[in-house]
Amino acid sequence: MSITKQDFNFVRDVVRSRSAILLDDNKGYLVEMRLSALAQKEGIDDVQTLISTVRDKGNISLRELMVEAMTTNETSFFRDRHPFDAMRDTILPELIEKRAATRSLKIWCGAASTGQEPYSLAILLRDSLPHPSLWDSKIIATDISPEVLGKAERGLYTQHEVGRGLPAAMLVKHFKRTGLEWEVKDELKAMVDYRRFNLVEPWMGLPKFDIIFMRNVLIYFDTDVKKQILTNALKYLAPDGYLFLGGSETLLGLGLDYHRVNLGPVSAYCPGA
Amino acid sequence: MKRALIVDDSRTMRMILTKYLRALGFEIKQAGNGLEGLKALEEMEWADVALVDWNMPGMNGIEFVHSVRAQEKYSELRIMMVTSETDVERMLQALEAGADEYVMKPFTQEIIQDKLSLLGLAA
Repeated sequence: MSITKQDFNFVRDVVRSRSAILLDDNKGYLVEMRLSALAQKEGIDDVQTLISTVRDKGNISLRELMVEAMTTNETSFFRDRHPFDAMRDTILPELIEKRAATRSLKIWCGAASTGQEPYSLAILLRDSLPHPSLWDSKIIATDISPEVLGKAERGLYTQHEVGRGLPAAMLVKHFKRTGLEWEVKDELKAMVDYRRFNLVEPWMGLPKFDIIFMRNVLIYFDTDVKKQILTNALKYLAPDGYLFLGGSETLLGLGLDYHRVNLGPVSAYCPGA
Repeated sequence: MKRALIVDDSRTMRMILTKYLRALGFEIKQAGNGLEGLKALEEMEWADVALVDWNMPGMNGIEFVHSVRAQEKYSELRIMMVTSETDVERMLQALEAGADEYVMKPFTQEIIQDKLSLLGLAA
């Protein structure tokens, strides 16, 4: 049974007001799929009952779980590959040379999800630095969902998860077997600082970054919110830093103070028109 | 067209891998152990990748990898272990012997495609 228009509109309004993420009208299937899983987990009969419990009975904790379920993304190690190739081949060698005097490199991963992207960046950074222990290198990994951040911090992945996108040589170097799962080694975990962070709330407590990864998250926001987030990001990006967006995301037409840099099959954005 | 050699003593596994690889545009040859694999390679003249099981009667997968890597004419061949051996030590042993990638059974079509993509052989 598919979700009614009335129920969809209610979920869309709640998600928008709580996270500023805008669900398109054609995302009914996504609402159905994500909330079915939540209903099952919470022991609720079906999606309709779940929605009416939030709407008619004002169940706040269930409402937050609903927002969380709708804002979580599927991910994999080195997802889409090309941005990571550009990082390894061009961006990191350039910035490591430029920062040789300060020995400091900071990366922000703005949609950490279950940790695959921040750990992919940590692997590249660790393997690129000439003497990792002599550098103050850090990845700040943020997400709106405490549940996914918990999984990310544990750094435990199934055989299927490490099979997706992660080269075998990196698996044996940076992971250890823990029972049937694979666990990120401590030295890599220590490079990543996980924090809950809502991109649409005031930005506080962030340092200046050399690289910002904000991939596949802006697609959920309308133009005004997107512009606000990207304007904020400019304040936290080093003048010679790089911003990476998802493959289908662009700054074109937003009139922001960035210029595009082509890096083979992908682009990044740098401050300044 | 890309060419792949599948070396596995399980007929079912060879069928599954053949199906996955054909969907990715590969021409396939199959072998039931390492010795048959070496013979098949000779007959094929060239191949892009060999997908190799570990435990097989006759010549096993790691012996096959050593034998292939000892022959200059196969220097361009990519080797992907596809095995139920999931210990880190086994993976290291295979990589040191000259395997380029490693897939742990059970696997999915997505994993095979991802690993071939890492070798530059799939999108």
